Amino acid sequence: MITSASDCEDIISDLTFSTVREWKEQHPGDKAIAYFPVYAPVELIHAAAMLPVGLNGAGDQLDIQYADARFGSFICSIVKTTLELGLTNHLAPFDGVLFSSICDSARNLCFVMKRNFPDKYIDFLHLPHNPKSKSSTDFLVTEYRRLLEQLETLNGCHVDDDNLNEAITLYNANRALTRQLYDERARQPQLLRTSELYALVRVSNFLPVEQHTELLRRTVSDLPTRVGKQRDSIRIIVEGSFCEQPPLDLIKIIEEAGCYIVDDDFVLGPRWFLEDVPVNGDPLRSLAQSYSERAVYSSVRHDSRKPRHKELIEKVRRRRADAVILLIAKFCEPALFDYVLFKEELEKENIPHLLMEFEEKMFTFERLRTEVETFVESLLFD
Amino acid sequence: MPTQTEYRSELHQRQKELMVKWYERLNGAAERGSPPSVSMMISGNCVELLEGFDAVPIYPEVNALQLAIRHQSLDPILFAEEMGYAADNCAYVKADIGAYLKGITPTGGKLPKPTLVLCNFVGCNTYLKWFEHVAEFTGAPLYTLDVPFMRADDPSAADIQYVVSQLKELIKLLEQLTGRKFDYDRFKEGVRCAARVEELWSNIKHLARSVPSPFDAYFDAITFMGPLYVYRAKPEGVEFFELALRELEEKVARHEGVNDQEKFRVVIEGPPPYPHFRTFRDMFAKWKACAVASTYSTVGGLWEFGARHDPEEPFESVALHMLAHNVTNRNYLQRYEQIKRYVEEWGADGVIIHFVKSCRLFSAGQGDMRDYFTKVLGVPTLYIESDLEDPRYFSEAQLRNRIDAYFEALEHQKAHGGMVTNKAENNRQNAERSTIQ
Repeated sequence: MITSASDCEDIISDLTFSTVREWKEQHPGDKAIAYFPVYAPVELIHAAAMLPVGLNGAGDQLDIQYADARFGSFICSIVKTTLELGLTNHLAPFDGVLFSSICDSARNLCFVMKRNFPDKYIDFLHLPHNPKSKSSTDFLVTEYRRLLEQLETLNGCHVDDDNLNEAITLYNANRALTRQLYDERARQPQLLRTSELYALVRVSNFLPVEQHTELLRRTVSDLPTRVGKQRDSIRIIVEGSFCEQPPLDLIKIIEEAGCYIVDDDFVLGPRWFLEDVPVNGDPLRSLAQSYSERAVYSSVRHDSRKPRHKELIEKVRRRRADAVILLIAKFCEPALFDYVLFKEELEKENIPHLLMEFEEKMFTFERLRTEVETFVESLLFD
Repeated sequence: MPTQTEYRSELHQRQKELMVKWYERLNGAAERGSPPSVSMMISGNCVELLEGFDAVPIYPEVNALQLAIRHQSLDPILFAEEMGYAADNCAYVKADIGAYLKGITPTGGKLPKPTLVLCNFVGCNTYLKWFEHVAEFTGAPLYTLDVPFMRADDPSAADIQYVVSQLKELIKLLEQLTGRKFDYDRFKEGVRCAARVEELWSNIKHLARSVPSPFDAYFDAITFMGPLYVYRAKPEGVEFFELALRELEEKVARHEGVNDQEKFRVVIEGPPPYPHFRTFRDMFAKWKACAVASTYSTVGGLWEFGARHDPEEPFESVALHMLAHNVTNRNYLQRYEQIKRYVEEWGADGVIIHFVKSCRLFSAGQGDMRDYFTKVLGVPTLYIESDLEDPRYFSEAQLRNRIDAYFEALEHQKAHGGMVTNKAENNRQNAERSTIQ
């Protein structure tokens, strides 16, 4: 049983995917589907009796030997480490890999993977970029149905509405607890450090949802018994790490430098609906509508009804944050583009901000430590 | 010593006139507020639909590439970087936004505030950002027309239906914004013109199967792109391509190639380095190498394999064009297949992959493409890197060395036989047999 944050950290950094292998041993003949960030319909995979597993690159655990030659310069690390995981047979426990329309590099990776791993089921999901149009929900319903049919064929099963509603219910419960923990952290950041919450959420990528929900439940019930001392810290939002993940040590450094992280966009995969997905009527339509109406914004989801820079300001206000750290993966073009409008809007609103670039494989943090310490000092003593 | 690599003729004169006329129309729109103007992306553009409003297209990519080819892109790029754009952001966007905010236009004339910023999203995620930023900085309304990416061989009925629904929403929006009623007959006529232009352009592309090829399907293709994207739905476009086809057919009849003697035939993948266009071209001309096909020339539309607009089903065919008949919305493996067909059917000796730093749509994964062409197909393939807009990413000596080494090896192989040469020779013979007369 997972009992501590360090157990979660071990699972997160385990490139042999032992939790997935164990699940497959316990469920002989059943399949596991990996998905690339951000917005994957895990409910469909679960309803088709398969284990959805979120990929998050390989951190600093893997030397790139082959993928550099395939993806060249100026491409982000997670694209290369994901391919490297495949080329070094680390993805053996997975029967399929699912990608979606988040960025050009990840999309091309999907098709490069298709060529290199012809025995795996590899699919690309087109998530609509025009939620303003009514037709975009209809389209996404057909896209989800197409995916479901592929999964049914792969697993030789039939999925009905009850299966789907059951999956939605399970994930709703999981996401509700995650939201509760996020709210608690914003309310009492001294009781729940972000480095702990991060590991707790990210581990969901590797566990069956029921098991992870249990883990969250234990943490929620344990919180009132905790005692924590308020520190002289500033309240910050971390924005920009929605796909490639910063090293855990970097998150710890930000906290140690005197920041309470009161909201973030780390590991959005397990928590991208902001409210429960309705469990009535047509479940595929509920899921599709929820992508248009209830999904968390990020730099790879486009909705002209509500610009992302406005959403960021709202988040700052809602969480009563003092400042924003834009923590962006090197070569992540969607986040780097958004930085321009984020910066403009933050300056308009007089909200201090700091831009920091990271790579998942970095292991020395001295320069970033100095930057964030200087930033915090400038705010504390201003 | 620079090598003479271009021919100049009536079609070039006509191309210039058409482009000047377009910029004059944009200038007029800026000064008088009429005709309405719509900012669009070249790839998967629906210029036919604009005809129904007598609206004029603005292409930010054309503005950006014009700045680069005139060596004026660095200033606006630096300006954009000072604003916060990253070194690793697409330099097309930086040049366009920087130029807009600095008040620079490619011809010195005025560009109108768009009546509508239409993000015809086809594959390139940077488009989404670019057009959001254009809308933000110009204050013009934004409509994102979402086109599902080609995740299967062909688009589904649902994909087509989704795009058609949005085209109809777009018409309603444009009616509100322009106060004009959509002229369906004129739209249909625009689609008819487009089908004719596509036929002519496709015939021109097939002339490059002749040995020698009468034009360079990479470097010279640029000449055709302006008329193709701005005038495709107009009678002027049809006239231009009739003239171009006639001129190039005459060259074929005279066995006149691009260089005085065609020695190598290549397929080029990826956009050109516009800031160093002439220098780059000369690196190939030195070896009397001619591009017989290119993927970049199919950004706006891929017609050489038979696809056409259809005036009998104008909406569906515009949707199909956006979905399936432009290289940027097609998936990576479809691009491998496209290049493979060029190599085989256009009789090429090899493939040049030009990685451009700005464009991940084109470039992310080109190492895998090289792996496929060299290891699986045995086609001599060269992989080189620079940029399409940022003059700082161009290492002239290194590029020259690599290109020289590639052609030296190819020359050696040709002289001494061998598997690769035989394969290329077969391709060449196939191409000669199937050349359209």
